[in-house]
Amino acid sequence: MLMENPAVLGLVTIVVGVGACLGYYYLSNQFLDKILFPAKGPNAGRNINRANMIRPWLFLFPALFALTLYLAYPVFETLRLSLTDRTQGGAFVGFDNYRQMMNEAKFWEAVRNNMLWLIVVPAASTAFGLLVAQLTDRIRWGNLAKSLIFMPMAISFVGASVIFKLIYDTRPEDQNQIGVLNAVWLKFDGGIGSIFTLQVVPTALLLAFSGVVAYVVWMFVRDLVATGKDRSIWLMPLRLVVALGGMWLIWISVSSVVGIWFTELPYGEPQTWLTIPLWNNFLLMVVLIWIQTGFAMVILSAALRGIPEETVEAAIVDGANPFQIFFKIKVPQIMGTIVVVWTTITLTVLKVFDIVFAMTNGQWETQVLANYMYDKLFRANDWGVGSASAIIIMLLVTPILVWNVYNARKEMR
Amino acid sequence: MAGIAGHKSALTWAVHISVALLVVLWLFPTIGLFVSSFRTADQISSSGWWAALTSSEQNQVYRAADPDDNRVAEGDGFVVTGNIFEDEPREIRAWGVSSRNVSAFQAGETAEMKDGETVTLQPDGSYVWRGNDKQLSGRGQRIFVTATVPPEFTADNYKTILFSGTGQDNMAKAFFNTLTVTIPATIIPIVVAAFAAYALAWMEFPGRALLIAAVVALLVVPLQLALIPLLRLHLGIGIGKGYLGVWLAHTAFGMPLAVYLLRNYMVGLPRDIIENAKVDGATDFQIFTRIILPLSFPALASFAIFQFLWTWNDLLVAKVFLIDATGSTTVMTNQIVELLGTRGGNWEILATAAFVSIAVPLFVFFAMQRYLVRGLLAGSVK
Amino acid sequence: MTSLSLKDVSKSYGPVEVLRNIDLEIEEGELIVFVGPSGCGKSTLLRMIAGLEKITGGTLEIDGTVVNDVPPAQRGIAMVFQSYALYPHMTVYDNMAFALKLAHQSKDEIDKAVRSAAETLQLTHLLDRLPKALSGGQRQRVAIGRAIVRDPKVFLFDEPLSNLDAALRVATRIEIAQLKESMPESTMIYVTHDQVEAMTLASRIVVLHGGDVEQFGKPLELYERPANTFVAQFIGSPAMNLIEAKVTATGETTSVQMADGGHADVPIASRESDLGTSVKLGVRPEDLTITQSDDYLVSAEVEIVEALGETTVLYFKAENGDPSLIAKLPGINKIDKHTTVRMTAEQDKLHLFDSAGKSFLYR
Repeated sequence: MLMENPAVLGLVTIVVGVGACLGYYYLSNQFLDKILFPAKGPNAGRNINRANMIRPWLFLFPALFALTLYLAYPVFETLRLSLTDRTQGGAFVGFDNYRQMMNEAKFWEAVRNNMLWLIVVPAASTAFGLLVAQLTDRIRWGNLAKSLIFMPMAISFVGASVIFKLIYDTRPEDQNQIGVLNAVWLKFDGGIGSIFTLQVVPTALLLAFSGVVAYVVWMFVRDLVATGKDRSIWLMPLRLVVALGGMWLIWISVSSVVGIWFTELPYGEPQTWLTIPLWNNFLLMVVLIWIQTGFAMVILSAALRGIPEETVEAAIVDGANPFQIFFKIKVPQIMGTIVVVWTTITLTVLKVFDIVFAMTNGQWETQVLANYMYDKLFRANDWGVGSASAIIIMLLVTPILVWNVYNARKEMR
Repeated sequence: MAGIAGHKSALTWAVHISVALLVVLWLFPTIGLFVSSFRTADQISSSGWWAALTSSEQNQVYRAADPDDNRVAEGDGFVVTGNIFEDEPREIRAWGVSSRNVSAFQAGETAEMKDGETVTLQPDGSYVWRGNDKQLSGRGQRIFVTATVPPEFTADNYKTILFSGTGQDNMAKAFFNTLTVTIPATIIPIVVAAFAAYALAWMEFPGRALLIAAVVALLVVPLQLALIPLLRLHLGIGIGKGYLGVWLAHTAFGMPLAVYLLRNYMVGLPRDIIENAKVDGATDFQIFTRIILPLSFPALASFAIFQFLWTWNDLLVAKVFLIDATGSTTVMTNQIVELLGTRGGNWEILATAAFVSIAVPLFVFFAMQRYLVRGLLAGSVK
Repeated sequence: MTSLSLKDVSKSYGPVEVLRNIDLEIEEGELIVFVGPSGCGKSTLLRMIAGLEKITGGTLEIDGTVVNDVPPAQRGIAMVFQSYALYPHMTVYDNMAFALKLAHQSKDEIDKAVRSAAETLQLTHLLDRLPKALSGGQRQRVAIGRAIVRDPKVFLFDEPLSNLDAALRVATRIEIAQLKESMPESTMIYVTHDQVEAMTLASRIVVLHGGDVEQFGKPLELYERPANTFVAQFIGSPAMNLIEAKVTATGETTSVQMADGGHADVPIASRESDLGTSVKLGVRPEDLTITQSDDYLVSAEVEIVEALGETTVLYFKAENGDPSLIAKLPGINKIDKHTTVRMTAEQDKLHLFDSAGKSFLYR
């Protein structure tokens, strides 16, 4: 009876689990040294050497076992499952699952949304993180400020979803709005102030954003156009991806600008924010940005501290103003760290599930791949398509995986 | 840069103000939840949480009693009388009859509406609503009252959520379930990973570099890929859905980060100490338990915090490997998601439940922030 | 023409005063060295001239203009940092061009300035490299080049040689001397804790100690006529011996009597009020010679003999807590340990300091 209490079970598991682990390591080492290859007798020297060849594997075995069974094997098993059909008893069906998936509008919606997430969240989190890291660098209460902005890191995606659902909450028109967003929205009445805040400012921001994107695209494409520079072949796909992605972003921002000026804004009416297509995606992204900014800030702050003070002073003597120091001296020096932060957040974004699941569950055109996959797996019970979508996520992760491994190996040399 | 000559102090002020704004922006959502969890259902639904703090003035909408049932003929028209403060009296600062001007009148004044329709509201909340047959029909006249209400907070929500609530409203079980998932899932991977990390850091054997590369690769493999094969495996070997399965899953999913973090830390320990111990005749096992483990405490703590936060906050792994059809093993994140579905409007329950679930990680966060930061800095692949 | 002048300049961090009432007049074309032990405020003083630290009292003029509140870039100075402070993400060319680009100079002007500076410093073949691909000496030259292209009125060097190994340090020191030679008009201020650098490079030296200027003068002046015991002991190696003595006669020549029986007539004037006071007789180790006569300065027991070939250094046993005496004799000198020898020196090589440590020459 007592054993059925989960708390007791948990305690027993801790004791048994940890005990078993330690016991395994101790006993296996004892076995190796005392019985299999005793360090005594005529073969002592050879035995010690043999034992030392085997020992690393004793140390590694449990971890390797877990890694292989729970992470490496599933990659291949998922790949296999994605090529089979459960309803046909697991028969091999080639790319049928992929074909079926590609024909679903919901899948493409998820891909589009994931792309938006992949661009907006890492960019915004890194930018905010960098901003906070720089601003708090020299002020006395900087550590307190950083600690508070870092705090959302501890909050679960589900908890954060509840927090933001309260912010996006909607009440009927004749009641007091308890969601901050609607309360603020109702302050706008269509006057000059509203036009300025809701039309002029966003337009300026969007145009500035397109400008930045256009500049980045140009930086990447310039080398293709320019003659005389040696072009490395393996960078070509990257350049093309950046160029196309950039074009897409510019198109989206410019069409949004048009939308801002030609859509009648429903002033005075409370909005159900999470049901407004396209924009609701951004409202969900805000949740993740809110959480990830702290992460970016902590790492970038450490990187900023690592910049040699004298290079900054040299720049001051050279006549750089604070902005030039930041963008021309500091940011280039921490570029490596920025890339690391960016990719780490990208990985988080690719796996984002809880936020969408808890807030909209993919309705109103907010589907993302991870939630799409969960839907297929556990609601539609379609393991084939579910696995196929998991493989798509894996494919998106692969470039980062390769890059990480490449860097780790370079560093070890 | 305060020491630099000719530096403008306006910029310093701008920095202070921007940081303050950012901090407020970042804290605002959490504070909203926190404040809401101490308000009653009525308070939450009648005003935004920010109103609970900043001012004791509340705008409330009341309705006069249904005229079809309550009107009394008087002269050539009708009258409805009653008191808007049925439950609790309020101090009226101003009132109105239209949403466009909610504070047009003082208590005791009479509002004149179209065609002779009038409403008189007394300071004690009693009203007299006069009008003709057409005017006094349908729904009761809305009366907007700006009342002075002392800020009021209650701990009742927490009582409900933690003790007295029934069914989904009670988080106590989910709280202990979460704890049951979290603690073994935090401790076991540390032990396993520490041994592996030591082997990868300080033992010479063929294939070591390859294994390290593999760990780095597995670091980014999305756990989505593991769901179906492992669930099949668990069901196949009889573990099924339950604590054992979720412990194993969390242990394995945390393993790459644990090994990576600990190896990086251990590799940085001074070689002299380890070689000195070897010269003194210590075995690898002794070196590990007596020297490496104590010295690696900061890294162990970092990972422990990560793994704790991650398992405590997890929803997906619990949903797939733990929670079965009976729902008796539900964890807090899952219960909150279910509450969002069934009690989406009951913010007092939702906010309190959410705050209960984030309180523990927040405490851990503030208590051990130093180790968390250190772990983050070591753990991001450079 | 005065290029740089500090008037009553002081610096304090809150209540802590790190520099007090510094007055310096520096002429155009001089190479001034700030020297002193670590923590003496020499780097702070340089950074105040650069504008990297606020001046909390007094005025700083460059070329006749008060620049206390002028931002660093507009002061007409260029600085070479201890760690060189090269921008790691820019090529050598861009490092040198950065300041000019910020000043919106034309591309051609920038190119000309950078290439001519690179020519002078033999950096032309390195212009496309990143700093990490350079050796220590090359980085040092880039840092100097970055200063040269700005064509400043005043060059500031903050311990530029301290990150180089010994051999390279000597070579670079000579290069800096040659560089100064090739730019006779430019004023340079150079901070170091190494007295050899100070003595070899400087036209004049500022000796700083605990936030005060101890002496400001030409290198040999500091060696021959130190203003106080601090300068006396800081300049010269091994440090000057200071021997406790009593004044026995005053006038144009001052006679002093040592406790161990030694006696000296020092050709330095003294006042009558000095009679009978305790003073310190200063004599440099290299000025001491062995004597057999009764007219000696000191007589002491040799404790350690260091035979270096070109010189022989004798360390004498210290008595009653006095700092031990050192003598540096030319060539090889066979003296056994534990023998007692008498030492003397030429009269005009002797220095006299009062009980506060101030030289009689500067009273």
